Amino acid sequence: MELLDKLTILADAAKYDAACTSSGARRGHRAGMIGCTSSSVAGCCHTFSADGRCVTLLKVLLSNDCSYECKYCVNRRSSDTRRATFEPRELAELTIGFYRRNYIEGLFLSSAVLGSPDRTTERMIEALRILREEYRFNGYIHAKAIPGTSSELVTRLGLLADRLSVNIELPSEEALRSLAPNKTKRAILAPMKQIRDEVIESKEELVRHRSAPRFAPAGQATQLIVGASGESDRHILSLTESLYERYRLKRVFYSAYVPVVENTLLPALDTKPPLLREHRLYQADWLLRFYGFRADELLDESRPDFDPRLDPKCCWALRHPEFFPVEVNRADYETLLRVPGMGVVSARRVLVARRTGPLHADDLRKLGVVMKRAQYFLTCSGRLATPMRLSYAGVLGCLLAVERASLHVEQGEQLSLFA
Amino acid sequence: MEWRDVIYQYDGSFDGLLCCVFESYTQKERPTAIYSDEEEWSLFETRVVRTDGEHARRVGRSLRKLSPDVLPLLRRAFLTCLPNKEVAIYRFVAKLYHEGAPFLTRLSDETYQPLLRAVHHLSAEVERLRGFVRFSDYGGLLGAEIEPKNRVLPLLRGHFCERCREETFFIYDRTHREALLYANGRSRIVPLDNFEAAPPSDEEVAYRRLWRRFYDTIAIRERENPRLRMTHMPKRYWAHMTELQSGEGALPPAQDESQAFPHRLPK
Repeated sequence: MELLDKLTILADAAKYDAACTSSGARRGHRAGMIGCTSSSVAGCCHTFSADGRCVTLLKVLLSNDCSYECKYCVNRRSSDTRRATFEPRELAELTIGFYRRNYIEGLFLSSAVLGSPDRTTERMIEALRILREEYRFNGYIHAKAIPGTSSELVTRLGLLADRLSVNIELPSEEALRSLAPNKTKRAILAPMKQIRDEVIESKEELVRHRSAPRFAPAGQATQLIVGASGESDRHILSLTESLYERYRLKRVFYSAYVPVVENTLLPALDTKPPLLREHRLYQADWLLRFYGFRADELLDESRPDFDPRLDPKCCWALRHPEFFPVEVNRADYETLLRVPGMGVVSARRVLVARRTGPLHADDLRKLGVVMKRAQYFLTCSGRLATPMRLSYAGVLGCLLAVERASLHVEQGEQLSLFA
Repeated sequence: MEWRDVIYQYDGSFDGLLCCVFESYTQKERPTAIYSDEEEWSLFETRVVRTDGEHARRVGRSLRKLSPDVLPLLRRAFLTCLPNKEVAIYRFVAKLYHEGAPFLTRLSDETYQPLLRAVHHLSAEVERLRGFVRFSDYGGLLGAEIEPKNRVLPLLRGHFCERCREETFFIYDRTHREALLYANGRSRIVPLDNFEAAPPSDEEVAYRRLWRRFYDTIAIRERENPRLRMTHMPKRYWAHMTELQSGEGALPPAQDESQAFPHRLPK
């Protein structure tokens, strides 16, 4: 089979994986090797595909010849899709060729299960070893750890890759049982635990010897499919929170389920992917990681799902009138962050700018605060930022109008910013 | 004594601009315009300011005394595409001298904020171009072309010299007619009036096709969102990006038409 065809099949099979970041690893140039990962903390987007998602890495499967039967997946055993497998050397050459031309930051390597998880991982390790040792590749590598792989192999994989991820895919045990009969919760969580512990160990080891081997220096991530099974947003967000806290994950990605298979257990084929829901989950994920919110503040039993019409922070603010208005010239950083329309950057600017004198509504706009949202929740030296006092319903109406305009799409067609 | 209004002409370098500041304060003149080229003229008195390293250093020292962050900020501001950036920088410096270091916290000040915004625009463009630069392999020599709004080459230099340490490469900036050259661990930025890319080799064409195919395949059709893509990757960058061009090495139309997105630039 020609390389062009293989690439088409194996990139097509990998496209539903949302993770495409090159962040978290800073490794400078090394003599005799190609590339580095030290470009910046945030990673580097090389292009954006027609769906608006960032392309950072050459995202492919090593093989799509799967022996599992996950019902939601295009590559499942019973699917009649075309099969292909990369030769390690042709994949290495392709990666280097793309990397030198500045098309990509590195390689994202996943694979279907070839026979058994161990056999698959061995082949992935072989491909990555050739890329690192023979082709002297020093760029970013993100590798998938396949649930059920033995711990020795996960260790070897982690020493070759910058970031590892184990995909949870279905956010509950029941969904796993019915839709992915070859996977279990235990088999997924075991490698996640192992990766967490080895990352911590490797960091401690590095403090002692500078030349200690680095195990997945950019940590681990995972992905949850949204909308294939019946979990609530609250369930997904609490799971996310515990993954960040207990498993020390760097990122949790959400992937709106795109129906690819006809199955009575799954949404019908003509179902639109729940992109707006995915977008709200990403917004909430940001609130957890950078804004000091907790999952149970955003959603509770009486309100298990996000209001799709408003962003999660606005929803929270409308439910907590006792918290507002916030006085811009006195409030601390944590309080400022809770104001809709105020972000990490603008809140920091406010802290700096108010040192030399009180701020007015006009100043806030120049500092990057989104006043069309923030005005209802702020006072500047005791004066409300909005010219009139509005009722709850009035504020809700105004915010809904702002949000509709920013989504700039009709029903059915939706926007996602962070995928 | 009254300060006189005057127009300065300088050599277009950052040190030259610092010398304009020096000149203004020693001669008690307030520049209403600062030009680097000779064609500009007006009814006001135009004075040619000679670049003197010692004068530039004195101004630099005085700024560093106020805060170590000022000079790096001004160097960046000098690379931006802010209209009349020389006068904007001069006014900022004058206000800083007048009000002292606390002025640097007044982020919403009408003299300071436009400068910050311009620098932000520059930094964002540098950040994007670190990803959007596309090299072609001309028999071992890597070459790329960009058309940025700001003068980004001095800021891209460090990144690409690190990333392509073992390569020989150049990046041509068509807007500002200059090129970043790198060979054997040394880099230079030189003015270059024109540049004509050589025709690509067969191997180069093959890689371009592979990359286009990957780009077309990785998008999820059900999620197509042209506006989102344009937000992250404005169209002005597309002309120099391999995956968004048709022409040499372009793919034949995809076998399955429904899989293809109408994203190529019209010819």
